[in-house]
Order: sequence, then structure tokens, then C-alpha cells
Amino acid sequence: MSSKTIKVDILARVEGEGALYVKIKDRHVSDVKLKIYEPPRFFEAFLRGRKFDEVPDITARICGICPVAYQMSSCHAMEDAAGVRAGGQLRELRRLLYCGEWIESHALHIYMLHAPDFLGYEDGIQMAQKYPEVVRRGLHLKKIGNTIMKVVGGREVHPINVKVGGFYKAPTKRELLALEGDLEWALGAALETVRWAGSFSFPEFERDYEFVALRHPSEYPLNEGRIVSNKGLDIEVKDYDQHFVEEHLKHSNALHSTLKGRGSYLAGPMARYALNYELLSPAAKKAAASAGLGPVCSNPFQSIIVRAVEVVYACEEALRIVRNYETPDRASVTVEPRGSVGYGCTEAPRGLLYHRYRIDDHGMILDAKIVPPTSQNQKSIEEDLFRFVESHIDMPKEQLQWKCEQAIRNYDPCISCATHFLKLHLARE
Amino acid sequence: MPAPRKPKLAVWKFASCDGCQLSLLDCEDELLAVAGAVDIANFPEASRAIVKGPYDVSLVEGSITTPHDEERIHSIRRSSRFLITIGACATAGGIQALRNFKDVREFTQIVYARPDYIETLNKSTPIKDHVSVDYEIRGCPVNKAHLVEVLNAFLRGRKPNMPNYSVCIECKRRGTVCVMVAGGTPCMGPVTQAGCGALCPAYNRGCFGCFGPKETPNTPALSAAWRELGVADQDVFRVYRTFNACAEPFQRESEAHEQ
Repeated sequence: MSSKTIKVDILARVEGEGALYVKIKDRHVSDVKLKIYEPPRFFEAFLRGRKFDEVPDITARICGICPVAYQMSSCHAMEDAAGVRAGGQLRELRRLLYCGEWIESHALHIYMLHAPDFLGYEDGIQMAQKYPEVVRRGLHLKKIGNTIMKVVGGREVHPINVKVGGFYKAPTKRELLALEGDLEWALGAALETVRWAGSFSFPEFERDYEFVALRHPSEYPLNEGRIVSNKGLDIEVKDYDQHFVEEHLKHSNALHSTLKGRGSYLAGPMARYALNYELLSPAAKKAAASAGLGPVCSNPFQSIIVRAVEVVYACEEALRIVRNYETPDRASVTVEPRGSVGYGCTEAPRGLLYHRYRIDDHGMILDAKIVPPTSQNQKSIEEDLFRFVESHIDMPKEQLQWKCEQAIRNYDPCISCATHFLKLHLARE
Repeated sequence: MPAPRKPKLAVWKFASCDGCQLSLLDCEDELLAVAGAVDIANFPEASRAIVKGPYDVSLVEGSITTPHDEERIHSIRRSSRFLITIGACATAGGIQALRNFKDVREFTQIVYARPDYIETLNKSTPIKDHVSVDYEIRGCPVNKAHLVEVLNAFLRGRKPNMPNYSVCIECKRRGTVCVMVAGGTPCMGPVTQAGCGALCPAYNRGCFGCFGPKETPNTPALSAAWRELGVADQDVFRVYRTFNACAEPFQRESEAHEQ
């Protein structure tokens, strides 16, 4: 009887701490565990007793890579609870800030974390020795995303300008127009990125996923929309808890989220793309097609192309916003708290981020629920690994281990978020 | 003659959001130059290659919250010539230190269906409570220019050029009109260490203390001024109980307003 174990004790090039254990027995995978050992930080517990307007700054600290996502989902939830809406230019500014985070986060993942796997390097810095111009392009693209964060949010990590109801200070028309030249360069670089990612070789691997993402009638989703899937789900954000459940498994400090009665699903760029393809710009669609993507991508290894297509979209959307922006008279709308429950769901770079808060009449938080994208994708990641190892059972261990790591990085997992992840253990028994 | 050995840099993570180590990757213009000057020997967020210690400089992000991490920090100290903590979690316990004032078992029950699966300590503590620390970089998150400055200073054997005055000085330099005196907005600037460039006041909001207490802060005087602006005790309490809740002067001030 032959058996082996693939184990990776520290998963690299992911945000946070995790490990992977794969057990193989008699040429079949017997167990896959994505272990998240990132220490718990108990946000949902200490949010109780905080005031509603402190929540965006506090929840930003769940993740240094996607703080805007946390700020946006919590602001929308608080505004929902109070029955107010921040529209007009404030809504545009929020989309612009979110575009900055998508560009910064996607460029980091594409160039520094994911591409080295396709080209056989341990990291982006090693890759830079062979491809200095490519890495510089990636870093400069990332910097432009960060520049948007700085101009609109005040700083790159944990922006300070976001408040419930809008912003503390609205940027001037001139400050935003100053971004135009950089964004034009970024759009060109993003199109190059799609071509470059499209030239990689991808393992033959497709799955019939249930994709879950927001869908909005007229725009590619960032802040608003209904939660939909390719298998019939179509609900309002406030009905999330009726359709999704979180399970606590022993091997992970991140709860596993599933669709009730249906099981795993996939959130993130591939889901957004499949469910909102028709809302992409002509240039983004054309770039996707020339990189070999149809309107649906079911090969998780190709998520790197989808991310690059989303960067194209984010650059175009940011350009549209800065060109049409007019400084609003007021930087925020007034939000008077009232005893109620508020729901917020926005598209973090890694996928759906759901927040729910119960608030009392004085605006104090009674309870909080936060479901980050990585905890939604954990089950799907484990299933990908199961299927991938099963179909590559004879691959030499070292190569198989690297491919397993790559399969996890397909999701750009953010373990800090999910625990609010990665070592690999491959065991052949 | 062989080329001199490049100094070895390691980056370690404990309980945190990854934002401070991300600040190193956010040095888009300096990153490749830094990578040219030092050997990035252990930085799992950026690389799967791991070079064994000892290391010349270890950057440590995050606070100690699990029995395993309590052990791990000692082995990191043993393998590091200089150990530098980065950010509010590593220097003061971070936002997750809010558990220190509560029953962690209750917290575990609120968040997790199976508290028995969770291994955690009662308190979130800064790195200096466990091992000796050579330098602390403040901030939630750190200012990336500080990372480059402190790394440079340690690699060249000089003292880092870092501020220890208050955010107020940065506002004056920046030419920002005082949001508290002129605008009546409660601001923690007078008791908070500079380093962010006085960002919040420049965006029409009061400082909320990301960089922790400055040297000898007069927190009672600031609380008295806040009271005159009509800020309730419970609000003063909560503002000190945020990102640097367990930094001693901030903890003392929050306790003075606890009801």
C-alpha cells in the first residue's frame, strides 16, 4: 500500500498564516485540509459596545490589504440601518476609492504573488532579475492604485477619510484631474498585463463552480447590487443569512461558509466576471477575448487573467470618474442612528464581503457579523486541491507541492481577513 | 576580493492585519533597491524561498496572542542581531488587545461555534513584554518612509532620525489650522506621537491616535479640554480604548473615564 503526504507548513505569498495538508492513500486523495492558524482577533466580539461611526476605522484593521472593502461594507450597513443613502458625487468617490484598492491589490497579486508561479520563480524580486521591466511595470501600476487611495482616502493602508455618510473631506476637482495622466498610463499597462498573463501556460483544469457575486443593473459591481449566482440565487443583501451558513471546523480558525443545501461556492474575480461580463467595457472585453477568455472562465489558474481584466475595468472606471467629477457641496450626508439592523455587502478584491450590525437607538453596536471572501472560498479551495491532486497523482512530490500552493494562490487568499492562511503538508501513506 | 555579504533581512508575522509588512511592498519605488541592498531571507508574504537564520535585522509585525507564538518569538529573538517591531500591534498589543479588558472565553463564544477548537491567550501583548526589542516603529499602520529610514539606519550603524514630538508639531509645519481650537473638533494630536504627517486634521477630522502616546503626554489636560467641547466621559473612554489601548498612558487615561 503506497501513501504520501504533501505538507506545506507556511504558505507563502498569501496574506496571513496558513498551512496545507494533503493525504494520498492507494493513489487516491484521502484528505485535504487547508489549515488556517492565523490567530483569532475577535473583531465581532469587541465591536459590541462601540459606536456606529467608529466601525469603519475599526473593521479596516481586519485587513491591511483591503481596508477599503471593510470600510465600504460597514458604511453601507450603517447607512442601511439609518435609512440614508450617500448618492451623487459621494457615491462616485466611493467607487473611485474602491477602484484604487482593486488596482493596488490586484497588481500586487498578479505581479508579486501569482505570476512567479507561472514563470518558475520563488518571488517577484527574483523574477525582477530576469524581467526587470515587467516587475517595474507591475509596481508602478500598484503605485497608481495606491495614489488614488492616498488622494481620496488620505493614505494607502487604513485610509482615514472614509466616514459613515461619505467622507470627512471631498477632494477638489483639480486634485482628481491630476490623476488623469497616471490613469491613462495605468490603462495601457493594464492592457499589457492582460496580454502578458494570457501568454502563460495553464494546467488543464476546469470545474463547474457556483459563482456568487453582486450584480447591479447598470455597472460592474463594487458597492451595490443583488447577490446572485449562475445557479439560480438572486437575493437582496438583507436575505444573506437565510441562504448562507457558516460552519466552524476544527482545522481552521476561519469559519467555512456554504450555500444552504448546496455546498461550496466561489466568490471573487472569476465570479464577478462570469456574472457581470456584459457590463465590462468594450476594451476590457476585447482584451479578455484576445487573452483567450470567453464570457465565463472556469479554470481557477486563469484567474490571473481575470484579475488583469478587472484592472483594465478599474482604470477605465477611475478615468471616467475623475473626468466627470464635480466637488460636492457637502462631503457627507448626516446619519442619525436608530435602533435597527443594517446590512452591507460590497465586492472586496477577493470577493463578496458581508457585514451585518444590530444597533440600538443611541447608535451603539449590539452585535456584528462579518463574512470575508476567504472564508467563503475555503471549501472551494479544498475541493480544487482534491480534484487537482487526484488528477495529477503521479506528479513528483516537489512539483505537486508547488502546484498545490499555486492552486491556493489562485484565490489570492487573505488569511488575515478569514481569521479574523498557509503551510502545505502532502502525505502519501 | 569577494563581494561583501549582504545583510539578511527577515519579516515575521504575529496577530495582525498584514498592513505594516505590506507597507514594505508598498515602497514601490524603493523595493527593488532595498532588495538589492539586503538579502530578503525570510518574508513569507512575498516569497516561498526561506533562508535559515541568523538574520541581521528582523522586522516583527503583530502581537502575541497564542501559546505557540509566545514560544516562537523567543526563537526569532535568538536568531536576530537586531529586532525591530513594526506597528501598533507589535508595540502595544493592537486593536485585538481590547480582549485584555474582557473575558476572552466570552469573546470566543461570541465569534466561534466551537470555542474548544480555539487556542488563544487571555491577553494580546506587545513583543517587548516577551523579548528585548532594539527599536519600535509606531503607527497603525507604520509610515513606509519610517521603515526605509530605520532599516537604513540599522544597516549603517547610525541612530534613526525619527520624531518623538506630538502630531501638533506636524500640523503647524503643514500649515493646517487647528481643528480643535478653531473648529471645536476633539483631537488627540496633543498627546499622540507624530509620524503620520498629521493626516487627519488635514482632512478636517480629529486625530484618533494611530501612532500611540508621545513622550510624557498630558492626557488629563486634554480630557479636560475635550470636556469643555462637550465630549462625554464614555466617549473619552472609548477613544483611548482603540488601536493603542494598552500603551500605558492611554490605558491609564481610559481607566480614569471608565464608568
